[in-house]
Amino acid sequence: MKKPGPNLVFLLVLAGLAVLAPVAGWFGPYVLDILVGIAINLILAVSLNLINGYTGQFSLGHAGFMAVGAYGSAWLTLQAGTPAGVAGTAVFVGALLAGSLCAGLVGLAVGVPSLRLRGDYLAIVTLGFNEIIKGAVQNAEPLGAQRGLTGIGQYTGFFSAFAGAALAILVVHNLVQSTYGRGFLATHDDEIAAESSGLDTTRYKIVAFATGAFFAGLAGGLYAHFKQFIHPEAFGFMRSIDIVVMVILGGMGSMVGVCCAAVLLTVLPELLRALAGWEGLPDVLRDFVSNRMILYSVLLIILMIARPQGLLAFRAKKRVTP
Amino acid sequence: MIEFLQQLINGLAQGGIYALIALGYTMVYGVLRFINFAHGDIFMLGAFAGFYAGPAVLRITGVGPSLAAVLLVLPIAMLACALAGMAIERLCYRPLRGRPRLTVLITAIGVSLLLENGGQFVFGANPRSFPELITDRALVLPPALGSLATLTITLSQVLVLGIALLLLGGLRQVVGRTRTGLAMRALSLNPTAAQLMGVDLDRIIALTFGLGSALAGAAGILASIQQPSIDPLMGIAAGLKAFVAAVLGGIGSLTGAVVGGLLIGVLEALVVGYLSPTYRDPIVFGVLILILLFRPAGLLGRFQPEKV
Repeated sequence: MKKPGPNLVFLLVLAGLAVLAPVAGWFGPYVLDILVGIAINLILAVSLNLINGYTGQFSLGHAGFMAVGAYGSAWLTLQAGTPAGVAGTAVFVGALLAGSLCAGLVGLAVGVPSLRLRGDYLAIVTLGFNEIIKGAVQNAEPLGAQRGLTGIGQYTGFFSAFAGAALAILVVHNLVQSTYGRGFLATHDDEIAAESSGLDTTRYKIVAFATGAFFAGLAGGLYAHFKQFIHPEAFGFMRSIDIVVMVILGGMGSMVGVCCAAVLLTVLPELLRALAGWEGLPDVLRDFVSNRMILYSVLLIILMIARPQGLLAFRAKKRVTP
Repeated sequence: MIEFLQQLINGLAQGGIYALIALGYTMVYGVLRFINFAHGDIFMLGAFAGFYAGPAVLRITGVGPSLAAVLLVLPIAMLACALAGMAIERLCYRPLRGRPRLTVLITAIGVSLLLENGGQFVFGANPRSFPELITDRALVLPPALGSLATLTITLSQVLVLGIALLLLGGLRQVVGRTRTGLAMRALSLNPTAAQLMGVDLDRIIALTFGLGSALAGAAGILASIQQPSIDPLMGIAAGLKAFVAAVLGGIGSLTGAVVGGLLIGVLEALVVGYLSPTYRDPIVFGVLILILLFRPAGLLGRFQPEKV
């Protein structure tokens, strides 16, 4: 029997989600919050994996694109007066799409000039753009400036969040597995060799960047319409680092690994929080577990020294070494 | 005009601190060709070294808040930071030598996060007030200067600029006149050839980290004298600004780092004085992006194309 293609799997997943959606409501708002958080982090990690993993660039500014999508779509639904019912769904989908497109365009605008830079410089420039986007929002009165944007309608639910995640995974998967997409991997493996073989590596980098930014914008839009309140500080450097840790832990360029890492790193802080609330825990350990970043950073260092392909990359990448 | 001069003075005092930190970035980049992301957090360690050593030094030696107290605490913080920098190099960066640059960069980000969050764990997350090592006051300018006498120049500003310039001069002597400095320059020019000529790679790299970190430690003390509120995350912003300064001046160039640091300090002061503090960070990063796009080698650096 022929293996079902990814598009068919996507449709089956969508149908499954539609069935599951009412079930997800039974567990109460706390579980729903974690589930939607997982979906949003899946989108962010998978889209960053396209840039950092498959194409081998290093972006440290993914939260900036997320901010563009979040503020863009939230502003639109607020302008539309957050209607309810079918009109609301239409407005929500339209705003999400528009916000994501904005993020994609910003990604294009950031990518075209900065992708001439390599490695660590690119990392710093994307970080700089992240701060600039945050700074622009902080100074924009219509977007609530330093106070944040409030009163956003709650349109995001279990179904829309996971449908977004499934879409992100499908698009990135199809893009990388296509004939065209081999160029991303070539750009990652050896840029000079790829260029010598006639591949336009700059173009590949820009396509990866814009696509990644588009989905980061989608994640931002879903986030804004779930939390109903967004603040510039939520889209800073630390948020970008969170996403980068997911991609590195999962294994750069490994779809399954990155998805596992996104789920794990969304649930882990909650588990740590529960652990910190446990009575019998010594005080020293409580401080330690309530700061997950200590754990992340030690993990990053050890991982880079001992297992740079990532903790959860199950299949070793085939490497042709000269 | 007076206001402009006032902003210039404030900017130079801040720029001296950026210059000291930027030197560490540029030196490490010179020998290892990588951006030591954790360098800004060494600056924070310097401030906390002063926070703990300061009161102890004052009690043991019995000197009150004075220049002598500053000069006693400064070497302690520099030594502590040099040791921390060398330890980080030994434990985290040396095992990765020869690995892809991205791997080293990610490790550096990890080290930076560890210092920031470990700092919050060890020192506490709330801002602390730095002990008074020297009583700060505005200098009384001679009335003969006319309208210039209305400028406010504080003792700490003079101190910061003076000590920064002294340290920079010292560094120039070390790099330009000693055998170790010669080895550093040889290593940054051509590592393979330098090793063939008998340069001990590990030793020189460790020394470079030590020297750069000591300067960041000194910057930590000087910054805390000006702004006596310190916290474990203070190194993020300072480190990024200093990095921008290093790139602006031309990464790999010592003079460039100093020029870049002073320029960034002045630019910040002008933006804060004439526009709004909220525009400060976006404009500094804007400068970084413009420089990288139009003159990636910086003001004083030289461009090296990548070879196969």
